[in-house]
Amino acid sequence: MTRLLAALGKTTLGTLAALGRIAIFTGQTFGHLLRPPFYPREFATALLQIGYFSLPVVGLTALFTGGALALQIYSGGARFSAEAVVPQIVAIGMVRELGPVLVGLMIAARVTSSIAAEIATMKVTEQIDALVTLSTDPMKYLTLPRVLAATLVMPVLVAVGNVIGIMGGWLVATQRLGFNPTGYLRNTVDFLELHDIGSSLAKGAVFGFLAALMGCYYGMASERGAMGVGRATKGAVVAAAVLILAANFLLTEAFFSA
Amino acid sequence: MITITGLTRSFGTKQVLRGVDLHVPKGQSMVVIGGSGTGKSVLIKCILGLVTPDGGTITVDGQDVTRVPRDAFLARFGMLFQGGALFDSLPVWQNVAFRLLRGSLRRPRPEARAIAIEKLRRVGLGPETADLYPAELSGGMQKRVGLARAIAAEPQIIFFDEPTTGLDPIMAGVINDLIREIVTEMGATAITITHDMSSVRAIADRVAMLHNGKIRWTGPASQLDSCGDPYVAQFIHGSPDGPIETLR
Repeated sequence: MTRLLAALGKTTLGTLAALGRIAIFTGQTFGHLLRPPFYPREFATALLQIGYFSLPVVGLTALFTGGALALQIYSGGARFSAEAVVPQIVAIGMVRELGPVLVGLMIAARVTSSIAAEIATMKVTEQIDALVTLSTDPMKYLTLPRVLAATLVMPVLVAVGNVIGIMGGWLVATQRLGFNPTGYLRNTVDFLELHDIGSSLAKGAVFGFLAALMGCYYGMASERGAMGVGRATKGAVVAAAVLILAANFLLTEAFFSA
Repeated sequence: MITITGLTRSFGTKQVLRGVDLHVPKGQSMVVIGGSGTGKSVLIKCILGLVTPDGGTITVDGQDVTRVPRDAFLARFGMLFQGGALFDSLPVWQNVAFRLLRGSLRRPRPEARAIAIEKLRRVGLGPETADLYPAELSGGMQKRVGLARAIAAEPQIIFFDEPTTGLDPIMAGVINDLIREIVTEMGATAITITHDMSSVRAIADRVAMLHNGKIRWTGPASQLDSCGDPYVAQFIHGSPDGPIETLR
């Protein structure tokens, strides 16, 4: 019993310590937001890497999800003669939930892993130390541009994902399920509210922030050697995915609870 | 000049530095020798502020390094890292001119590139290497680029961490000669960390031996062979027998 309590206590303390370190890291990142020097070139590169180069994976994920969603809703709706709600449910499902969450998870897989591995490798090969000796703050040069870029570009990716997801649903509904193309789109547009779109984009910004922050944090905290880089990358992706899902619940509660 | 007094640093339960006292006169080339894991790299990382000491003081030209503005302080230093520590994502010329492209020493891009190419030439690399990426270079070329980066902003103090590790003897000799020439030509104060005796003989004005977390012996390079210290003698002859414990 004592052993069990000791293990529980150790895990709790470890988790709290990690949360504290992440909170300090977040504070340090924000601390650099308004203090020069700024690195616009690094910011532009991060925008391109996180935003533009993620478009294919985001587009494909959204397209297939939208299509599958249309099939599921049609099949499920048929049980109580509600097949006609496909456009509305696809729209609300994609925009409110699946768009931001799936794009967030895709970014966690593609971008968080890449950031964590890159920064961790820089750490074990003394490139981070070299930055310091060259009078460059690694937080300002590596972390801030990535976190800022991900926070700003993720709403755009989510918007693109939402549109492509809805189009995936539209394609399946009109080609397989016999829906009228114009009517489907009209139903989608009429049904969606500004609040749905706003909450979707806000979720995107939060998920982007979390994804990049975890990549940078775990990269900077990496231990030595190839194993250290591997652990940092794995830890970053797991933490980002869990935090995105937890944040999604909290944001959904905040946006949509009556 | 650099003066280190009573410097201590532990990692967990392992005390690496146990009170290091060292004085490096201005314009001199000091080489710190010692076995692997004796804290040589930790010593120079403490001076640069990359590692925070547990105790002791470090002064550069009489100023405590913990009380001077960081940017101005670091602008006086150049460092060649053991593995080069070149930035993979940047081409060679941007690595060399890194400091000249941002921060307080910022120059226009064409001027920074011209300086980088000149520094590359100084370390024996042609302008054709300027647009290559570090991964496209051999180990020796990476060391040269690292050296060019260390001297790009004309620092007053240069640190070399194991400058010849991983190089063949001929390339090691070339790097040693380059370091000696550059330090003399720039009039810089230099600290080199190494356990390569050919580097010691080529680079050093003075030598200090770090053993068991303290400076065991320090003196002019010319007295190294005749200093009479059994630890130094064992180290420079690479003998397994002597007061320094070895694992067998």
